[in-house]
Amino acid sequence: MSTPVLADRSVRMAPRRRLALAAAAVGWFVLYQLNLPWWDWIVYDVAGLDAETRLGGAVHFFVYDTTKIALLLTGVIFVVTVLRSFMSVERTRALLGGRREGVGNVAAAGLGVVTPFCSCSAVPAFIGFVAAGVPLGVTLSFLIASPLVNEVAIVLLLGLFGWKITLLYIAGGMTIAIVAGYVLGKLRLERWVEPFVFETRLHGNVVDSSVGLTWDDRIAMGREEVGSILRKIWPYLLVGIALGAAIHGWVPEQWITDHASSGLWGVVVAVGLGIPLYSNAAGVLPLVETLHDKGLPMGTVLAFMMSVVALSMPEMILLRRVLKKQLIAAYVAVVGTGILATGYLFNLVI
Amino acid sequence: MDIKILGTGCKKCQTLETLTRNAVASLELDADIEKVTDPGEIASWGVMATPALVIDDKVVFAGRVPSEHDLTAILAGK
Repeated sequence: MSTPVLADRSVRMAPRRRLALAAAAVGWFVLYQLNLPWWDWIVYDVAGLDAETRLGGAVHFFVYDTTKIALLLTGVIFVVTVLRSFMSVERTRALLGGRREGVGNVAAAGLGVVTPFCSCSAVPAFIGFVAAGVPLGVTLSFLIASPLVNEVAIVLLLGLFGWKITLLYIAGGMTIAIVAGYVLGKLRLERWVEPFVFETRLHGNVVDSSVGLTWDDRIAMGREEVGSILRKIWPYLLVGIALGAAIHGWVPEQWITDHASSGLWGVVVAVGLGIPLYSNAAGVLPLVETLHDKGLPMGTVLAFMMSVVALSMPEMILLRRVLKKQLIAAYVAVVGTGILATGYLFNLVI
Repeated sequence: MDIKILGTGCKKCQTLETLTRNAVASLELDADIEKVTDPGEIASWGVMATPALVIDDKVVFAGRVPSEHDLTAILAGK
């Protein structure tokens, strides 16, 4: 198929489609604005709970936060998926091919943020990059940035902490991906990549998945992605918010400041707990929000969150098919160190 | 015709397999359908985003699941 690259962009959106999108945007905005007054009314007036009691505060936190996060996720995942449908892993690889280390790492981290990518494709993408001559360190920068600075994390940070913290998180995550990939590349660890990766010959015709889509296709992709992400993360989300609500209501601030906020070890403990914990940004952030409210420093909670999303056992097990144990250990060590450093730095500056 | 479904085992890959089998059955095509899950083999097809569909040794699309309607049209056109 030789679809011209620009043909899909010139396809005009049908007027009815535009109207439906505009209506959805307005509906979303109204619901978002109504969230707080609605739950104030239901929890305090209809159910008669007292905002000053632990139970009242916890129940209100749970229902309000659940609704807010669900709305934020729905809106932003849809928009991000539609925008990202113009980008693809194939295009990213073409942009990275032939780049030197350094510049390549910066480009890879940036592209890792904007390219639509599922961790289930991490292994074929790794092979595809390396076999096409993208340097190992540059490929790793891409693979680190992609889960670390993901749209779910960005949306939730924006909703819960505002844009300053969000920008700091993005900058921190990108820096970790760039530096960790650069360091791992400089260590010349190619001997710890399974040899078949370098022997893989690419014989297929490369199909760029971002080309040849109509607006209808892209919008359908956005809707499906919202459904599939919400279906995947709702248990984590509910558990995270329930834990957050419980801590919000019952754990006294004094306990946290006594046990967890001592600056020196706090970040190490947070990262140590975060690495084996398998969850995603949606499950972790409500918890992070509550812990921060209770006095845990921002750098510590962000380091915790980064270690949960960037380093997970299931992903390491997947990557084990292409990377030897030593390289996986080096990967965890270098990324973990980067997260620790970022956590301490944030604690100093915020 | 020879059909390969390239997928690492994610949910979308299973959806594509089901859709393809249904479309082949409804079109009454004479086709061999093979599921490829080995990441090395998937990558050697030049595919980096799963699921992907290969018809007669040519990658038709990658990284998405088309609608049933589009998939039927693709298979019928071959």
